Amino acid sequence: MEFRFFYHFGNYLLMLKGMFSRPENMKMYWKQFMQQCVDIGVGSFGIVFIISLFMGGVTTLQTAYQLVNPIIPKSTIAQVVRDTIILEFAPTLTSIVLAGVVGSKIASELGNMRVTEQIDALEIMGINTKGYLILPKIMAALLMIPILVMISGFLGVWGGKEAGVLSGIISPDEFLQGLRQDFRAYNVFFALAKSYTFGFIIASVSAYYGYNVKGGALEIGKASTTSVVVSCVLVLFMDYALTAILL
Amino acid sequence: MIELQDIKKGFGDKEILKGVSAVMESGKVNLIIGASGSGKTVMMKCMVGLIEVDAGKILYDGKDFTNMDTHERKVIRQEIGMLFQGSALFDSMTVEQNVMFPLEMFGTGSYRDKKKRVAECLERVNLKDAAKKFPAEISGGMKKRVGIARAIVLNPKYLFCDEPNSGLDPQTSLLIDQLIKELTVEYNITTVINTHDMNTVMESGDHIVYMYQGQKQWEGSNKEIVFSNDQLLNDFIFASEFLREAKEMRQHELFSSGKWKEDLKNKAGNPAGGDRQKPE
Repeated sequence: MEFRFFYHFGNYLLMLKGMFSRPENMKMYWKQFMQQCVDIGVGSFGIVFIISLFMGGVTTLQTAYQLVNPIIPKSTIAQVVRDTIILEFAPTLTSIVLAGVVGSKIASELGNMRVTEQIDALEIMGINTKGYLILPKIMAALLMIPILVMISGFLGVWGGKEAGVLSGIISPDEFLQGLRQDFRAYNVFFALAKSYTFGFIIASVSAYYGYNVKGGALEIGKASTTSVVVSCVLVLFMDYALTAILL
Repeated sequence: MIELQDIKKGFGDKEILKGVSAVMESGKVNLIIGASGSGKTVMMKCMVGLIEVDAGKILYDGKDFTNMDTHERKVIRQEIGMLFQGSALFDSMTVEQNVMFPLEMFGTGSYRDKKKRVAECLERVNLKDAAKKFPAEISGGMKKRVGIARAIVLNPKYLFCDEPNSGLDPQTSLLIDQLIKELTVEYNITTVINTHDMNTVMESGDHIVYMYQGQKQWEGSNKEIVFSNDQLLNDFIFASEFLREAKEMRQHELFSSGKWKEDLKNKAGNPAGGDRQKPE
């Protein structure tokens, strides 16, 4: 088990090193990058929209359920919802979902290209396949996942407000007042730091498993599942590490 | 011309190529034949650099490919076209975009020139009407032809084909063979084909290398193969009773018509032909 870890970790580092070489044609790399931005960003927006709204709504309802003391002002609910969403739910929960959506797509796409010899075809043409196929995916994830996390934060807070207002727990004014109370911009920086880290993990780990598929359709499925599991574990581990270091 | 000098390759304890030397000549269709597991696919992958050799040299027109750095290899690879067994077309691109891809990546002319070149290549393989289709919408034979068009779009000096006829009906196989042969002569390409298909051997084998258990067992042309006394080669080529009888009939026919004298003359003019490598 230990040796397998070092084998994969070493190969993963070599893959990252292999991505950096002079692009054969910058225009084609840019095209590939833009395509990946659309796939990762636009392709995942729907699921991020849905989970963010419900995540905010549920957080408001559960916070209100626990804050039963009449001394605590209702605006505190909004404050708790805001910080919970910005610090944890938006970056981590969104990344876990994206590990499933984006990670499995990257792993299966590259795995299919490997199995059907499309990667070999690119190699024969003299193209650095790690640079052309993996680097744009990682760069796109580094750009789009933080954007999705920010959108998720806004949608989560909005969903929380709507759930609170619709269920009669809190008025819109109280909610807005709570949102402004004791706001720390550092929390947003923390959320962004987490989302960049998670974005890198999701794209690079999935690309590693997809790029190194050996076999057929069954192995593509296995690689896709493994990439999601490993990405999720690493996201949770880094979540803890970053929280311990930065907060 | 591609020259293999005593190349060896193993995976773990298993030795796949046990010191193979051969010359793949330009303007000719060079075939690598052999049973499954004889090392022909590994040999082809070594030749294009998808697998590194353990020992020996591969020379492309005298340049040592095995000791080249990444940049030098990239230059050589831009002169290589390859047709894969499964065609290896890019699923997300149309036929036209697949053929355009190498031109977009490495070509220097205007977009109009590139489009013109793509149209020429598609016309050459009789696929002009399929330009806007996706690989999933065309047949196996058409995919192979798109693969050929993509392989020749940059005017390669070397063309590699891995099992070009696998999964195709005999008529389509013949068309693919003829197309590859025509292109080889037309552009003076060094073509290397890895095949099991006996029709290809008989139709296109200007130069044939027969591999047996990681070694070159026999080398010659499609004309010489009929007269070969190599038992292993005969067992492989004329595996069925029908083919053995066909071989005898062909020999008899050549003998009766006196054509064997002509063949002997040709053979005398090419002393290397039909040489058998001594097994170690």
